[in-house]
Amino acid sequence: MSTTLEKYVREKLEKKEILLMTHVICGYPSFEDNYKELKIMAEAGVDLVELQFPFSEPSADGPLFVKANQISLENGTTVDQCFDFLEKISKEFPFKTMMMGYYNTAYKLGEEKYIERLKAAGAFGFILPDLPIEEAGPLHTFAEENDQAPIMLMTPTNTQERLNSIGSNAEGLVYAVARKGVTGKKTAMDDEVGEFLLRCREATDLPLGVGFGLSCKDDLDYLKGKADIAIIGTAALRAWEEGQEEGLRTFFKNLTA
Amino acid sequence: MGLFDFEDGKEGYYGEFGGSFLPEILTSTVNELRDCFYDCKDDPSFWNEFVELMHNYSGRPTPVTHLKNLSEKLGGAQIFAKREDLNHTGSHKVNNVMGQGLLCKRLGKTRVIAETGAGQHGFATATMSARMGFDCTIYMGAVDVARQRPNVFWMENLGATVVAVEDGQKTLKDAINECLRDWVTNMSTTHYALGTACGPHPFPEIVSYFQRIIGVEARDQFKALTGKLPDKVFACVGGGSNAMGLFQGFIEDDGVELVASEAGGSGPGLGQHAARLAYDDATIGVAQGYKTYFIQNDDGNMQDTHSVAAGLDYVGVSPILAHLKKTGRVRFEAATDKEVSETLRLVMSTEGLIPALESTHGFVAACREAATMDKSQSVLVNMSGRGDKDIFTVADALIDEHWKQFIRNKADEYDA
Repeated sequence: MSTTLEKYVREKLEKKEILLMTHVICGYPSFEDNYKELKIMAEAGVDLVELQFPFSEPSADGPLFVKANQISLENGTTVDQCFDFLEKISKEFPFKTMMMGYYNTAYKLGEEKYIERLKAAGAFGFILPDLPIEEAGPLHTFAEENDQAPIMLMTPTNTQERLNSIGSNAEGLVYAVARKGVTGKKTAMDDEVGEFLLRCREATDLPLGVGFGLSCKDDLDYLKGKADIAIIGTAALRAWEEGQEEGLRTFFKNLTA
Repeated sequence: MGLFDFEDGKEGYYGEFGGSFLPEILTSTVNELRDCFYDCKDDPSFWNEFVELMHNYSGRPTPVTHLKNLSEKLGGAQIFAKREDLNHTGSHKVNNVMGQGLLCKRLGKTRVIAETGAGQHGFATATMSARMGFDCTIYMGAVDVARQRPNVFWMENLGATVVAVEDGQKTLKDAINECLRDWVTNMSTTHYALGTACGPHPFPEIVSYFQRIIGVEARDQFKALTGKLPDKVFACVGGGSNAMGLFQGFIEDDGVELVASEAGGSGPGLGQHAARLAYDDATIGVAQGYKTYFIQNDDGNMQDTHSVAAGLDYVGVSPILAHLKKTGRVRFEAATDKEVSETLRLVMSTEGLIPALESTHGFVAACREAATMDKSQSVLVNMSGRGDKDIFTVADALIDEHWKQFIRNKADEYDA
């Protein structure tokens, strides 16, 4: 049975060639600023939002997101506040929301409670980049029972066999990591990415999102026909840091022009 | 069943602890490392090659020394020390590092990265890289760079690039995160030589495998010296590599009690210490690729730790030791900063030995318990490293006015 998230993505894809998914780190620079960012994203027609719960050891993130995680925690951001904010934005905005974070947040809460709280807050899935399929069994069972899509990452270093196993453990959509490394560094959209996406397609029938290093309209244009969702993370935060509301508005205007 | 005979579907687990929680991009790299390591482990000539290298490069076997004066002064059990301080680079860290250097060669990689806290693992890795011809980058928390400058000096002069990590607490855990970030980018050329029995599988096993040379030697030496086995064996625990090394020599000997000594810092209370298992402030979590006890809050975010010894100042602990505590095989104690400087003075003045601040944590627990034991009994403590690297910290702890004046003069000289 397909998840609500998958159905939503497929419906949207009937009208749009490529969907937009964005990323916000809870409490950085502040929840008020997060809200302003999300409002601009909604106006720009963003379809999906991953809301990152800050963690003290964000080892898969690049420098800008590391700083954001750290400052958010220093400002006193708690998991409870993140769930409250998730609920607020899930209600108010038309895009669908997902939790993004590290597994310890789910583990400390208790896997069952974590899934229940995601559902209660109006989310439709979650991304935990440090939870491999070997460790994900029980969490995915709770997730399935509660219509929460466990979004799995496929990466260019994976063998086809491994991509296939990831594909069979995924629901909702698949997050294809465009290159090696951490978040935030520019990825050259070239044949290498294209070939990797073909390998991902072979491993899953789910909608395919591509992230890591996307920053401009050319990147989106390149992905049209090769993937279903463009995932924008660091580039949007950088636009906000450089130009606040106006900067972010301009960024999305250029991106979707 | 041995510690490393994993049940089906529980590879890399020690009871409920351990595992491998890494970004997907590293799966193939970690599998390649694991396969290479198991090939080496199954090849008896590999262990022999390693032992020979340690004999002719690092001065092994390191002796076991009877600390007669200290024992008499305390009036209890006979105290013996396994002298890992006599290794090349001054600590047990070189055992694991040379072993991983051999692995790195087999993997065909040309670059090595490592985290370091006190600087001993970084120093050893820089040394190994110079000897074996690898490019080397060492990640070290900015706080540790500031308090362990002599080690940084040597690493740089051995040809390594030392990166001061400015994120988080700017200590060991942040250096590990930075290594993982480097590794996810450069894994095709780079081996991550993790320095302690922590992190994702197979690192706890790899590090324990090479460090067991300590325990293998110590058991034979102790028997040759005394004709029996020690009643208790002590080791300090930061991540747990020297403790795993020594304990493995005695783990099958039920009559030998294994005692681990953690960093008690200023005593119990979150933020005051780095005692994950001896005090009650840590809980089970998953971070830095593995499951163990971490010093964290209810939200699962790591909290500040404190210790006078940079090498013990870490939020997590070896999943193998967490398991051995749970099964009751290893008992955990803590030594406070204050006890450490008192015991350091005592060991220096009675035996002419200068243990590292880290290793002195093992001596604190050993001395405390030896004093209450019978003279016919004996204890063995791992002197995992030498303390001359700590001259700045020790001089501060001992409030040495002559040293302060020397530093002032030196500073004036540079300013002139």
